[in-house]
Amino acid sequence: MTAKISYDDVEAGTELPAQTFPVTRDTLVRYAGASGDFNPIHWNEKFAKEVGLPDVIAHGMFTMAEAVRVVTDWTGDPGAVVEYGVRFTKPVVVPNDDKGAVIEVSGKVAAKLDDEARTVRVDLTATSDGRKVLGMSRAVVKLA
Amino acid sequence: MALDQSFVGRSYPATAPYEVGREKIREFAEAIGDAAPAYTDAEAARALGHPDVIAPPTFVFSITFRAAGQVVEDPQLGLDYSRVVHGDQKFVYTRPVRAGDRLTVTSTIEAIKSMAGNDILDIRGEVHDEAGEHVVTAFTKLVARAAGQEG
Repeated sequence: MTAKISYDDVEAGTELPAQTFPVTRDTLVRYAGASGDFNPIHWNEKFAKEVGLPDVIAHGMFTMAEAVRVVTDWTGDPGAVVEYGVRFTKPVVVPNDDKGAVIEVSGKVAAKLDDEARTVRVDLTATSDGRKVLGMSRAVVKLA
Repeated sequence: MALDQSFVGRSYPATAPYEVGREKIREFAEAIGDAAPAYTDAEAARALGHPDVIAPPTFVFSITFRAAGQVVEDPQLGLDYSRVVHGDQKFVYTRPVRAGDRLTVTSTIEAIKSMAGNDILDIRGEVHDEAGEHVVTAFTKLVARAAGQEG
């Protein structure tokens, strides 16, 4: 485990570099194949609308996967994540146009947890189209 | 109809081992657009102290969710899966999943709650490697919305 961020260099309130992640229908088809989640609400517009959704929506697990990239890109070692949880509050609606949707993620160190284990808690904020799509999005990471 | 509380604490038999392949990890990393070398380059992963390429943190959900199917599809429990949405997800890692792992999952029903006609099911999936060592625990909250409820 070799995180490039040192525990000593961060404090509560330290901000992580924010990132934006584009999502198109193409992205969702790839994610469905890679994850094995073929629920038609993620690729079939007719089906999505029949069950009351505004349009096709991204897999919650896709959004969860993107959000933690703000943490793993920051630490430099994806293996530094010791805990990661989210609540799926609103779906990311992905229209069938050239633009698709964008997930915007920011994060900051909420607390330094353990001086010996060198762990910190990072709180993430993920929004799409101005709406919060994840709640209680928190990761515990072990720093160098 | 509310789910039977007597299922709380019930564990299901460990799944057959899932063998984690390098190319499956690569496919997953590409699907989420993540070019971190630790997912595809064994040398880069070793430089970080891992014995082989590692999987992105949420990769393991594909394995634990399939295992949770034992619970979700248990005819005795009687969950209406057509009304189920994923409420919360959490992972607690002992170490990252890596290529070559042969992982088994033991699923346990942690809690069953009923709120405003919705059934809320908490499933814990303990993931172990071939040596029996703990790798990660997945906590999955599923919400079966009340019949007739829109959106």
